[in-house]
Amino acid sequence: MLDAKIPEGPIEDKWDNHRFNMKLVNPANKRKFDVIVVGTGLAGASAAASLAELGYNVKVFTFHDSPRRAHSIAAQGGINGAKNYRNDGDSIYRLFYDTVKGGDYRSREANVYRLAQVSVDIIDQCVAQGVPFAREYGGLLANRSFGGAQVSRTFYARGQTGQQLLLGAYQALAGAIKSGKVTLYNRSDVLDIVTKDGEAKGIIARDMLTGEMHAHSAHAVVLATGGYGNVYYLSTNAMACNVTAAWRAHRKGALFANPCYTQIHPTCIPASDEFQSKLTLMSESLRNDGRIWVPRDRDEARAVADIPEDERYYFLEEKYPAFGNLVPRDVASRNAKTVVDEGRGVGPLKNGVYLDFAAAIARDGEQAVRERYGNLFQMYERITGEDPYHSPMRIYPATHYTMGGLWVDYNLMTTVPGLYALGEANFSDHGANRLGASALMQGLADGYFVLPYTIGDYLAPKLGETALSTDDPVFTEAVKDVDDRARQWTTKKGGTHGVEHYHRELGKIVWEYCGMARNQNGLEKALSEIPALREEFRKNVKVLGSPDGINTMLEKVNRVDDFMEFAELKVRDALHRTESCGGHFREESQTEEGEALRDDENFAYVGAWEWNGPDQEQTLHKEPLEFEYVKLTQRSYK
Amino acid sequence: MSKMLNLKLKIWRQNGPHAQGSFLEVDAHDIPEDASFLEMLDVVNERLIADDVEPVTFGHDCREGICGTCGVMINGQAHGPEKGTATCQLHMRKFNDGDEIVIEPWQATSFPILKDLMVDRRAFDRIVEAGGYISAPTGTAPDANEIPIPKEVADTSMDAAACIGCGACVAACPNSAAQLFTSAKLHHLNTLPQGQPERWKRTEAMVETMEDFFGSCTNHGECHEACPKEISLDFIAFMNKDYVKSKIKNRSLASKR
Ligand SMILES: Cc1cc2nc3c(=O)[nH]c(=O)nc-3n(C[C@H](O)[C@H](O)[C@H](O)COP(=O)(O)OP(=O)(O)OC[C@H]3O[C@@H](n4cnc5c(N)ncnc54)[C@H](O)[C@@H]3O)c2cc1C
Ligand code: FES
Repeated sequence: MLDAKIPEGPIEDKWDNHRFNMKLVNPANKRKFDVIVVGTGLAGASAAASLAELGYNVKVFTFHDSPRRAHSIAAQGGINGAKNYRNDGDSIYRLFYDTVKGGDYRSREANVYRLAQVSVDIIDQCVAQGVPFAREYGGLLANRSFGGAQVSRTFYARGQTGQQLLLGAYQALAGAIKSGKVTLYNRSDVLDIVTKDGEAKGIIARDMLTGEMHAHSAHAVVLATGGYGNVYYLSTNAMACNVTAAWRAHRKGALFANPCYTQIHPTCIPASDEFQSKLTLMSESLRNDGRIWVPRDRDEARAVADIPEDERYYFLEEKYPAFGNLVPRDVASRNAKTVVDEGRGVGPLKNGVYLDFAAAIARDGEQAVRERYGNLFQMYERITGEDPYHSPMRIYPATHYTMGGLWVDYNLMTTVPGLYALGEANFSDHGANRLGASALMQGLADGYFVLPYTIGDYLAPKLGETALSTDDPVFTEAVKDVDDRARQWTTKKGGTHGVEHYHRELGKIVWEYCGMARNQNGLEKALSEIPALREEFRKNVKVLGSPDGINTMLEKVNRVDDFMEFAELKVRDALHRTESCGGHFREESQTEEGEALRDDENFAYVGAWEWNGPDQEQTLHKEPLEFEYVKLTQRSYK
Repeated sequence: MSKMLNLKLKIWRQNGPHAQGSFLEVDAHDIPEDASFLEMLDVVNERLIADDVEPVTFGHDCREGICGTCGVMINGQAHGPEKGTATCQLHMRKFNDGDEIVIEPWQATSFPILKDLMVDRRAFDRIVEAGGYISAPTGTAPDANEIPIPKEVADTSMDAAACIGCGACVAACPNSAAQLFTSAKLHHLNTLPQGQPERWKRTEAMVETMEDFFGSCTNHGECHEACPKEISLDFIAFMNKDYVKSKIKNRSLASKR
């Protein structure tokens, strides 16, 4: 049985009680502990800086050249915080409630409540660090309402909220690096997690400049390595995002939870061709003012301006009058897929829907729209060569965020003692669907306000233990294994295709059968196609150049190799969960109106999978979910 | 389907910081006009791989113009011809069929070439570590609305904070100066009320660290022209003023100790 270690007491008191009950490491003793943090995104940078401030010795790893480049930098829209500055009825309880409901009742209540509680501290912390959030003329903070929320609780810094929050955390980290409490290992690719007697002891990292493998040991290891969205090849994630660290942890005993949960974001620029390397997100905030529609007539050939109002199908406004264009992401995405599948798509490849600002421009003026979305409009024009002030944008859903991840208990510890997972890398607080502006919140909650407390509880009893020597056979063997694994790719001769090719092929399978809508047949097909592709990939992939130096093909081949294994688990999870919930839509399980139909009786649990070795099926473990506060209801956004 | 371009590329190849470099000439045919500049390089790389030639190494990640990882000299211009646009956001429709395109890495002594088009920009991190932060240990912050900040102040701070740290300013500068980068960080923090307590210490430390690594500014303004975020030259003037003041302030603060 999985023990989530949820503290006793009423939900409002759980975190306070827990903080009181946890063991503490006395301030003078913190320096006796070494902690490895992998990742310098919001979760990793905030954790590393906060742990260092407390006095721990921190080693932080990133494969980027600088911590500031982490994928978090790309987040646009904003971060939620239950400040109720707008006096519009927000509260910690409401944010908690919205998150549980928005996640389609597949998250852990106690975690979500804590997230909502600390959300207010995050905003304070970021402002104190100098994050230049948008402000009103009176000098107080501005807010907006964001994807699916009926209150304005989202704080933002133009369309660059992730950038500004990450720079805040990066700068805190820079201060800690200067003070000597943090050692930074940049351009270091963590390729394995080392355990001894079942406990996390360290990592193996490849120096990406020299190709050397280095062992690093510590009292605890924290993974803040982001999500697995790039299993789809095309996604809004940065190119280097990958599942390797989490996957290697899984292979060392950490259970992987809910890998089938993926968020498909409704407002991305549709793909234009086969060469496309990634998809670009247009911030969801655009849905506040843009109206989504397609022509009613499948064969519509007139220019947009000539299509009369009554021949435009505003499908979200018609189907969901209360929420209109602001329905949650999964609902918006699926409806876009439906109309495109019906043949109503727009654009040269008929693979998008319109997001139209004409009404907003007529109402508020072009200047107002420019102020709100100027940089997004510019980005759109740069990519497509079309001017959204004069013709509607074309958008289509794309993979964006992954709710699944390493299973963690209330302390954010995985099933491997001493190994923690934060941010998008854990299965987190978003259930089967994440609300807009809540990933940044969760990453920073984990890093600034949760882990710094909970890690002490694990470390306190270890006072006096030195970190395991890297001369220990578990380290030396791991170094050898990882090195052998890297070298096999470049020594292998022949090879037919580069790594990109196989990644793209994998992406096609996963998108086709385990994307916006899934069914048994398709998933079974994927389960037979993925291992075949993996085998072909391992045999025929071509990796040129030397392993002893910078080699971007080599970096990528390891990642794709892990994606190949991960994809199979993802599909297996999707196949076993015969209900629909949030971002996981099983065609067999829908309401008459085509909405996701949950099966609470059989599936109100977290599905966490245990590795049994290569070519073995993983074992499913279940963490039952209990809903004491938010009543289970069918989500309805009508 | 997009229009196709045929291009003549000259791409800098260099196997390491101390290796001898040279141009690789490539006839890049059938490049879709809707491709981004980096997608064009992807296509070229896939073709090189097919011919068993190691692909060209270049830095990139977000491909949305925000992470600051990408950046090459395109026909001598940092990030290429389109104003306010990072290399990853530059699209091939800005080029013409038959164009010759010379692609080189950033060139500055403080940005050593690591391989091909990829350079080492760690000197930027050193400048930030010298003081580019506000010390606010986690948990100590007052309520976020306790200190109102006039909208104009928050806006100008944000204008400066928009810098993505790509290094184009240094690459474009005839002196390889890093004034635009450093002043943007200083302006971001020094204009905010929260940034005041450490203002003078921060300014002195960052400017002096910058000078350890980079050349001096002679007001060419090339940096601003090349900047994908169009960071304003005004920030350099503010920095210079603050730096002079910091010398006096820090001395008088030291004498009070
Ligand atoms: C385009 C876009 C827009 C978004 N907008 C919003 C928004 O408006 N609001 C919101 O709340 N959320 C948004 N999100 C989601 C949010 O940005 C991410 O979920 C969040 O930033 C993830 O942060 P993280 O710290 O968990 O991981 P990341 O930022 O992905 O950082 C991962 C870190 O781990 C390192 N790493 C990973 N693997 C290894 C390894 N093996 N070895 C060494 N280092 C490794 C990387 O170098 C990096 O430093 C958006 C996402 C995208 C794609
Ligand atoms: S790749 Fe991120 S800015 Fe160009």
